[in-house]
Amino acid sequence: MLKQIEGSKAMAEGIALCRPEVICAYPITPQTHIVEGLGDLVKDGSLTNCEFINVESEFAALSVAIGASAAGARAYTATASQGLLFMMEAVYNAAGLGLPIVMTLGNRAIGAPINIWNDHSDAMAVRDAGWLQLFAETNQEAVDLHIQAFRIAEELSMPVMVNVDGFILTHAVERVDIPDQATVDAFLPPFEPMQVLDPDEPASIGAMVGPEAFTEVKYLAHYKQTQALRLITKVAGEYRSRFGRDSGGLIRTYRTQDADTIVVAMGSVCGTIKDTIDEMREEGYPIGLVTLISYRPFPSAALRNALAGAKDIVVVEKAISVGMGGPLAIDVDEALRNLPHAPQLHSAVAGLGGRPILKASLHRLFREAVVQPWEGTQFLDLNVRVVGREIHRSAKTRRSGPTAEALLRQLAAEEREAAEKGRA
Amino acid sequence: MFEIRVHGRGGQGVVTAAEMLSVAAFREGRHAQAFPSFGSERTGAPVVAFCRIADREIRLREPVTEPDCLIVQDPTLFKVVDVFAGLKPTGFLIVNSHKDFAELGIADVARRLPPGHAMTVPASDIARRHVGRPLPNAALIGAFAALTELVRFDSVRHAIEEAFPGRIGTVNIAAAEEAHVHVVAAEHAAGVGDHAATL
Repeated sequence: MLKQIEGSKAMAEGIALCRPEVICAYPITPQTHIVEGLGDLVKDGSLTNCEFINVESEFAALSVAIGASAAGARAYTATASQGLLFMMEAVYNAAGLGLPIVMTLGNRAIGAPINIWNDHSDAMAVRDAGWLQLFAETNQEAVDLHIQAFRIAEELSMPVMVNVDGFILTHAVERVDIPDQATVDAFLPPFEPMQVLDPDEPASIGAMVGPEAFTEVKYLAHYKQTQALRLITKVAGEYRSRFGRDSGGLIRTYRTQDADTIVVAMGSVCGTIKDTIDEMREEGYPIGLVTLISYRPFPSAALRNALAGAKDIVVVEKAISVGMGGPLAIDVDEALRNLPHAPQLHSAVAGLGGRPILKASLHRLFREAVVQPWEGTQFLDLNVRVVGREIHRSAKTRRSGPTAEALLRQLAAEEREAAEKGRA
Repeated sequence: MFEIRVHGRGGQGVVTAAEMLSVAAFREGRHAQAFPSFGSERTGAPVVAFCRIADREIRLREPVTEPDCLIVQDPTLFKVVDVFAGLKPTGFLIVNSHKDFAELGIADVARRLPPGHAMTVPASDIARRHVGRPLPNAALIGAFAALTELVRFDSVRHAIEEAFPGRIGTVNIAAAEEAHVHVVAAEHAAGVGDHAATL
């Protein structure tokens, strides 16, 4: 049914259609509306046979989900940012134990400095934990990906994280088609666990493994993720035939066939990038976009095929591996490494801590990549003046104080100056 | 595409105003997107919300920097925020106030817009009468429907009902209706011709 609905609420309705049996979560912005919505659905009786468990922290939230999943229940949780870090040990455990939990990550920056706004730092912090990580471009895709996520997770017995841009998607009210229960039921059979804790047939899950088998356990986890590449494509295909919509899969291409320049990005910024591409196409620039939906497993082969014919690749990502550069750019670089005529790769970090990614800035960035390529990582719309002053200031004295506060003082002083100039 | 920016203060229903507008447009088969300015909202702090209306899928996720319509829920914001930033020369302006633009000290802004595109509406007073509290959002979207003719009043009524079921909805619809009538009457009195907005 078509609805004009807040993203979080739409996701809650989509997740409820998957009939989770245990939901446990701890509130954290910007994810809170999703579990609130699910709480409402449990309370008003729309979601039956589901236990909504209030816990005291994110660590407990995922730990309870692990216990529930190991006991054979379809388990769901959601978090963001610092909440994800607080459950970090359990994040690795869920993957290591091979428990098919689905978790929504309402993507948000990680402090310090504390910041509640959107970027992909949290997702990147757990990219090596062994979870599958899918990224939604729209709220429609966010709903669809959750339904696919349970199916993928349970077929493989692996946890899946659905990444949705905090605020930009979670708090946006837009048109979403909420599937009906019968279609979801036909697509997603009841959970049949591969391993289960059963008092009648006692077994243990979570053995200690020494050097004699740890490598093999890790290899098999990696092998499963490579198998997931095929499964994600298959599930998206089946979803299309049952629900009549293209959602999910590994990657999605937009105007790439004859493109000399191809942008690679994840999540909601792809919408703004598509609009930018349409405008540049009007002006005659041969440019396209590859939207990466599956970040883990990383679809190197699919990406290589999509990018092979291009001259320039611009990776736009909302995360920074401090001291290295853009983590997604590094992964894309790996996909291109062995091409005989590999395109030039240009890395840009944008939208950190909720800075809006503007079409005008993207226009400049994409042109610059071709005409005047930069070295290393470009920080889109970086306030160079403020950064320069701070470097200069902190170099002058040993006890220069905290950086974040100094930057804020500087910006406030500039604003006062501008206001005074305005009055004069 | 038609882009609306709503300015107000935390607690005035700024985000809900943008959301109700998107619901009204959706009811007419259009694509619409509403989103807040993503802050840690506090009662009384300046708040901004956005709404886009179009005939095709809306993919753009940047904030509205060049609005086709500005709705200002609190006229004391003029001193605090650059409310008018980017307002298109062909744009619309709706300000919640019982004063006129000259009394508010922004006659020059209103004058730059086409005739009949700028209007002050005593939305808080209207809301106080119907709702019992000075919550201007429903009245202002009623005024929006009259001034821009981009959505029908009936769609606004449904959007308010959806956001506020029951008695609260009924009294807010009454407020929206009075504001709608106020704008139509003011347009008539001013003798401004047809100025309906297009996408």
